[in-house]
Amino acid sequence: MMRIRRFEERSLRAYQGKKIGGFLHLYIGQEAVAVGCCSLMGADDHVITAYRDHGHAIAVGMDTKALMAELYGKVTGCSKGKGGSMHYFAPSLNYWGGHGIVGGQIPLGTGLAYGVKYQGKKGAAMAFMGDGAVNQGAVHEAMNLAALWDLPCIFVIENNRYSMGTSQLRSSAGPGLAERAAAYGINWSKCYGHDIYEVRDTMNEVLQLARNEHKPSVVEIDTYRYRGHSVADPDKTYRTRDEIDDYRKNKDPLIAFKATLLAEGVLTEDSSSVIDQEARAEADLAAEFAEASPYPTPEDIQKDVYWEADHPDQRTSQGRLFFN
Amino acid sequence: MPVLTYREAVRAALSEELARDENVVLMGEEVAQFNGAYKVSEGLLDKFGPKRIVDTPISEAGFIGTGIGASMLGIRPVMELMFWSFYSVAFDQILNNAANVRYMSGGLINCPIVIRGPANGGTNVGATHSHTPENVLANHPGVKVVVPSTPADAKGLLKSAIRDNDPVFFLENTILYGEKGEVSDDKDLLIPLGLADVKREGTDLTIVTYGRCVLHSLAAAEIIAEKHGASVEVVDLRSIRPLDFDTVLKSVAKTHRVLIVEEQKPFCSVGSQLGFMIQEEAFDELDAPILRVSTLDAPAIYSPPMETVQLPSIERVVAAVLKVLAS
Amino acid sequence: MADIIEMPKLSDTMTVGTLIKWLKKEGDAVVSGDMLAEVETDKATMELECFFDGTLIKIFAAEGAQVELGAPLCAVGEKGEKVEAPAPPTASTTPEKSASPAAAEPPPSPAPALAAPPPPPPPAALTPEPAPITAGRRIKISPLARKLAQAKGIDPSQIKGTGTGGRIVRADIENAEKNGVPSAGASGPSILVKGPIQEDKVSPVSGMRSTIAKRLVESKTQLPHFYLDVEVDAGPLLALRTQINTGLAADGIKLSVNDFILKASAEALRKVPAVNCSWEGTQIRHHSRAHVSFAVAIADGLITPVVFDAHVKSVFDISKEAKILGKAAKAKKLQPAQFTGGTFCVSNLGMMGINSFKAIINPPNAAILAVGATVEKPVVVNGHIVIGQRMNLTLSCDHRVVDGAVGAQFLGALRDLVESPALLLV
Repeated sequence: MMRIRRFEERSLRAYQGKKIGGFLHLYIGQEAVAVGCCSLMGADDHVITAYRDHGHAIAVGMDTKALMAELYGKVTGCSKGKGGSMHYFAPSLNYWGGHGIVGGQIPLGTGLAYGVKYQGKKGAAMAFMGDGAVNQGAVHEAMNLAALWDLPCIFVIENNRYSMGTSQLRSSAGPGLAERAAAYGINWSKCYGHDIYEVRDTMNEVLQLARNEHKPSVVEIDTYRYRGHSVADPDKTYRTRDEIDDYRKNKDPLIAFKATLLAEGVLTEDSSSVIDQEARAEADLAAEFAEASPYPTPEDIQKDVYWEADHPDQRTSQGRLFFN
Repeated sequence: MPVLTYREAVRAALSEELARDENVVLMGEEVAQFNGAYKVSEGLLDKFGPKRIVDTPISEAGFIGTGIGASMLGIRPVMELMFWSFYSVAFDQILNNAANVRYMSGGLINCPIVIRGPANGGTNVGATHSHTPENVLANHPGVKVVVPSTPADAKGLLKSAIRDNDPVFFLENTILYGEKGEVSDDKDLLIPLGLADVKREGTDLTIVTYGRCVLHSLAAAEIIAEKHGASVEVVDLRSIRPLDFDTVLKSVAKTHRVLIVEEQKPFCSVGSQLGFMIQEEAFDELDAPILRVSTLDAPAIYSPPMETVQLPSIERVVAAVLKVLAS
Repeated sequence: MADIIEMPKLSDTMTVGTLIKWLKKEGDAVVSGDMLAEVETDKATMELECFFDGTLIKIFAAEGAQVELGAPLCAVGEKGEKVEAPAPPTASTTPEKSASPAAAEPPPSPAPALAAPPPPPPPAALTPEPAPITAGRRIKISPLARKLAQAKGIDPSQIKGTGTGGRIVRADIENAEKNGVPSAGASGPSILVKGPIQEDKVSPVSGMRSTIAKRLVESKTQLPHFYLDVEVDAGPLLALRTQINTGLAADGIKLSVNDFILKASAEALRKVPAVNCSWEGTQIRHHSRAHVSFAVAIADGLITPVVFDAHVKSVFDISKEAKILGKAAKAKKLQPAQFTGGTFCVSNLGMMGINSFKAIINPPNAAILAVGATVEKPVVVNGHIVIGQRMNLTLSCDHRVVDGAVGAQFLGALRDLVESPALLLV
């Protein structure tokens, strides 16, 4: 969690220093959710999420140097500079992005669950979304399919209260978000996202259900982001400084977890400080690596478009694939 | 060689590929129990069972997204759209996810999906069911677009499409489903994507076309030969993307006059792209401006006789050929 | 060593920020996470976050200042440390260019916004288009035909196209190659025709011929003709005519040079009315109105229809009338009232390529103007030789009525008007 926290802070600095273009959606405050969920992944479990994806990427084990380089748009980035902040992928770690269109990734998550079941494997797909995505039609179509076909898909709603600048209360009708699962006959639950233990407990249950019985679930996790929707969001129009400070001081997942570990004697102040320093150093190293790396070349622009064009010796089609 | 209908040829391709590769799954509305809205998948459920032939609810974004997600793990779904007109309901999945995921991941992922179904007007089904979106699809780098005109082409191309590791969009035609033609039963006979076919050789004018318009063009060429003594060459593109432009160039260099025939509304149609490319690369071969026959520029009309007028027809092709020859 | 805090990029489109208010002052202790100031961007007012622990030792930007991205705002360091204001950033604060040693060319330096794509690859060299082989006018020819014509050394300007709109197509080039290119302006009998010049015969003298003979013998023998010559600069007239004809083409207006000369003659008569007179033996009749006639060649002769009251008609009206009269003349439908009664005559052989000539006066006129062709020739203007457009005007005068000086005055006035043709429009 500390590594995620320091990485996010370092990338904010880099963005403000004009090293990073476009959007940057920071995960600061929500670390316990990604870490709690991803730490339970088995060999045949999969993760897919939306654009606030840095936390999940680090939690599944991606290299922060490649992540930072991707933010800088360098060719050494995890997507060769072609995706940017919203498009981190690591198939070898069963991590499938990183997606920009709200809710668009959820049917893909259902598809991952479909594939796992089809191949006779014992696994589940965790498909993350925010509270704003729950109103997208594609999400409902996916839930219906998961329930209809008994797919091992866990729909994780990271409810941080605000969909960009619109609070959940102002955007979602009905008694609640996870409750909507009942309409499809899907088992649902909620948990407090700042307590990493509670996250793990809840997720462990639904993962077992998915892996063993192919039953889908909807889990709504109550969490909070300290920064705006993206770094350009001044976030004054929809919440107060006091609210953010309350979370930061009283409900921060890192503070809570540290307190527990200190109390249990697993950590000392010194060893905790070392973890912090190492996380900062890792983030700084990532930034240095990104800074020193080269950009892609103009020739790279038209690579990685077609599998066939990237594997010319195995190409069976003919004719032109590009038109400029 | 056996004679099959276009529908039977598509079915044969599906059947052969389902048998060959256990990762191939056919999914779509009414494909299994109903035996297919247009009977393309008739009998396949009995042959392959419900794991391989999957009925979906009316949920294009959902089931196409699911197919794309599964394809990232190595499943090879063939997803049927009852009408290609319904693609817009799943536009984000098709043209943001399937088309882009490889690129945005820097080449780590590929989506070996096929989406197939009929794309055509001419059956009085109105403006929302008569789309021919090959131009919209082909505009997106990362996808492949195929529009076969004959049963043999349909079978050979669908087999290639299913084996292709990139997303392939396969556009059939309800009016062509009943057309008959010789089709090889060789299970290994594939027609590569990106290879056009000269369906009729000629010397005075080249018609560049695809899909049902190939049939109109061949009929028009007969009339032109009989009544006007001119010799028209008909180039069937078969594949819009990748595009076999060399065959087009070779034909233009031979005849020096070009007519494009497309069941497309004119603005930014496939023909627009072809016209640009021909004048760019074969400017000095042209003895006349390039003309085209397109769908009349309005939403598809319902009234049956007027829909016939709105769409390209043999008569319009003949008139256009004469106009180009006289230019 | 103090940390300098620079104006950060707080939105994806921001280029400058305004420092609204400092939340800390010099000397305050700060820790990482503290907000130092309020900054207004193009999108919203944001807070400037401090990433360092220490003391705010120096503020560089005053409240209300507009600061570019990357310019220094303040310094955080040890309490009491001294720090200099660093130099503002140079215009291009771009990230380092890649030093890729690979064969690929180095990428272009991206703009600060980082959203700017690299420039597209340079367009393929355009093959220079072969100029159509033509004497300055644009010809319609298909690309294929043009290529063939070049290859075969055929001049397309000599070929009539059979394509749409007269476009020259391949078949035309191939035919030209087979049958030989027709020479320009080929019409009339070929010089290779041998045989008699014309039929040996006698033809009776027509009424018109007889009248012309009688009247002009009278004129030539009885009027003491003398001739005055002037060469005018036709440039202004031609330019004005083109302007009018181009601008008013949609209204069907098409003025000829002659229309202007008819008008100019009438106005010159107004200036030198002595020429608008007739000799009557014991008296000279002065005419208050200028009826200007003009010679029209017709089959077997010529006739001179009259534009009555040309001195009060506009060039446009004169033009309309002249067209109607000319048409009627050629169709032999002119009434006597239409070709008698003129007080001055203009004869124009310019369109037949004649540079100058001396016309024979039509009695009872006192003069006749002969107009020649406009030719391009070298002329001297302000001490330099330039290309001029010159037209010859020759005035034949009846010395009984018009003396040399009067004639010269008239011709001079006429020239002045022709050379300032805008005056003819008012």
